[in-house]
Amino acid sequence: MNNIIIEIQNLKKDYHVGEVTVHALRGIDLRIEEGEFVAIMGVSGSGKSTMLNILGCLDKPTQGKYKLDGVDVNTLSKDATARLRNKKLGFVFQAFNLLPRTTALENVELPLFYNGKVSSKERKEKAVRALEAVGLAGRMNHMPNQLSGGQQQRVAIARSLVNDPVLILADEPTGNLDTRTSFEIMELFQSLNDKGRTIVYVTHEPDIARFATRNVIFRDGKIQRENIISERLYATEVLKTLPVENIEEFDI
Amino acid sequence: MNLTNLFRIAIRALFRNKMRAFLTMLGIIIGVASVIAMLAIGEGSKRSITEEMSSMGSNLIMIMPNFQQRGGVNLGASSSMALKYSDVTAIRNEAAFITAASPTVNANGQVIYGNKNTQTSIYGVSEEYLDIRKLKIATGRIFNETETRSMAKVCLLGQTVVDNLFGEGVDPVGTTIRIKNLPFEVIGVLEDKGESGMGQDQDDMIIAPYTTVQRRLAAIDYINGIYCSAVSEEKSAAAIEEVTEVLRRTHKLKEMEENDFRVMSQSELIESVSTVTNIMTYLLGAIAGISLLVGGIGIMNIMFVSVTERTREIGLRMSIGGRGKDILRQFLVESMLLSLTGGIFGIIFGYLIAQVAGTLMNSTTFITTQSVVLAFAVCFVIGVFFGWYPARKASNLKPIDALRYE
Repeated sequence: MNNIIIEIQNLKKDYHVGEVTVHALRGIDLRIEEGEFVAIMGVSGSGKSTMLNILGCLDKPTQGKYKLDGVDVNTLSKDATARLRNKKLGFVFQAFNLLPRTTALENVELPLFYNGKVSSKERKEKAVRALEAVGLAGRMNHMPNQLSGGQQQRVAIARSLVNDPVLILADEPTGNLDTRTSFEIMELFQSLNDKGRTIVYVTHEPDIARFATRNVIFRDGKIQRENIISERLYATEVLKTLPVENIEEFDI
Repeated sequence: MNLTNLFRIAIRALFRNKMRAFLTMLGIIIGVASVIAMLAIGEGSKRSITEEMSSMGSNLIMIMPNFQQRGGVNLGASSSMALKYSDVTAIRNEAAFITAASPTVNANGQVIYGNKNTQTSIYGVSEEYLDIRKLKIATGRIFNETETRSMAKVCLLGQTVVDNLFGEGVDPVGTTIRIKNLPFEVIGVLEDKGESGMGQDQDDMIIAPYTTVQRRLAAIDYINGIYCSAVSEEKSAAAIEEVTEVLRRTHKLKEMEENDFRVMSQSELIESVSTVTNIMTYLLGAIAGISLLVGGIGIMNIMFVSVTERTREIGLRMSIGGRGKDILRQFLVESMLLSLTGGIFGIIFGYLIAQVAGTLMNSTTFITTQSVVLAFAVCFVIGVFFGWYPARKASNLKPIDALRYE
């Protein structure tokens, strides 16, 4: 049996908006093993974003247990949680969230700055390797505004990889991208998953969710159902079926 | 995150908004520059006054009669007849820390030569007076002992008196002038001494043997004061004590009785003048300090803007493992960089302003190490103090809120 990366039991999250209490999550049980590729789906307000925040240790549940790679997250202090995020998690955002006017390489290096044990030489090596892994070896010294959306998201993925995390969390990673680029990003995720990375992503697009190995569908703060994908799509093959576009557009 | 990286991040953040960083720094630059310049001007004038006062005499110690009160009526210092020439002799003979002593007898009067006349002060002194007051003879000579003993009607003129009676560039030695209608032979002219620190013309005077002034002009048998030179500046306190002792003995004062004279040293005088100039310096410094404070508020303002504008960056940094204190340090370093860079430029500008002001106002300016250290320390404190609150705000942000911030 594989290592259990995420173990959640009866997890609840309430928000207080003025006098009203919103029950965003009403008792979630979830378990994700190492090497899984999970898509969290659901309409807006279903609690999927709240779930992702809690998975990412950015928010604390009101009630319930959350173990990340064997660590009980609820008992950790603020600083320890930050350290946990630094060591065990990688984030990919819908809006990429790269630092402007900062080269791709430096953007990727960023998480390592908060890891005191990494020397500056090591930092650079790791960042270079991460950028090579996402196919941007030739774009290391480009600024974000000199990169296309897909390339920016690749930089963000390289940044999430650089600390060698146990889990990559992606919040609508293809939300700001066109279809072709979306598939290219999913292709990258799939190849990372093939190498053993555990990836959890949130999406509301069913065809993007079909690249995962498992879908978890949220509704009204509960898990409505879980699907093991039987007919999994492979992005490399899907891309072949798309008409060839002018892909030299961003080559400088 | 180590300090080098914090500095790199801060420098980059500031360079992203060069104009804004510059304008913020300008507040600090102006503040520091004005503090430095004001303190330099204050210090400069203090020094020049002190210098002029020490040129009054060498390790000067002055003895004046004390205020006398009879039945509540203050008769004033000059009406006191406490000091006699015998006191001068006693000091010369008995006070070891005193190298020279001269009596002074003051008179005022009209001085006439030909068809010109002027009103001036006549000081009756002994020969030692020249050394004690650092006066030099331009032409002619000082009166001798015989002339003193015989109450000879001889005198030396200050430059202003020469100018008033004879016109500029005339050598009056050998001529006879009339002081209070008595004929006096001019035997010498004193060298130009200029204005005193208090704006008094030190050349508007005549000196004559004390016996002559005492008997012939003032018609008194006491003296108005005694000027002495102490062995050295350091020994002036000891000299004061000694002189007091000698005078109490010669005046036969009982233990309970108060002194009927006052002893002042030059350093005491300088001190009292310094107090005044110090107050002026602090006042100027305080006004300049207010503009520094305003500059600090400018930093705080811009740091708030910076925090707000980079909320998403803060959220990102937190989500990839930045702790609250990492974020706090990042913004603190930024604000301190602003204030310290501003401080350095401010010190340079302050120096230039002080130079220009010194030239324009024709006065000395002096930048002390303390004022530079003070300005720099204040900048440091401003950077921390005014950067703290915005940085604290940044570090307290919740990562999810910061990431979602539009």
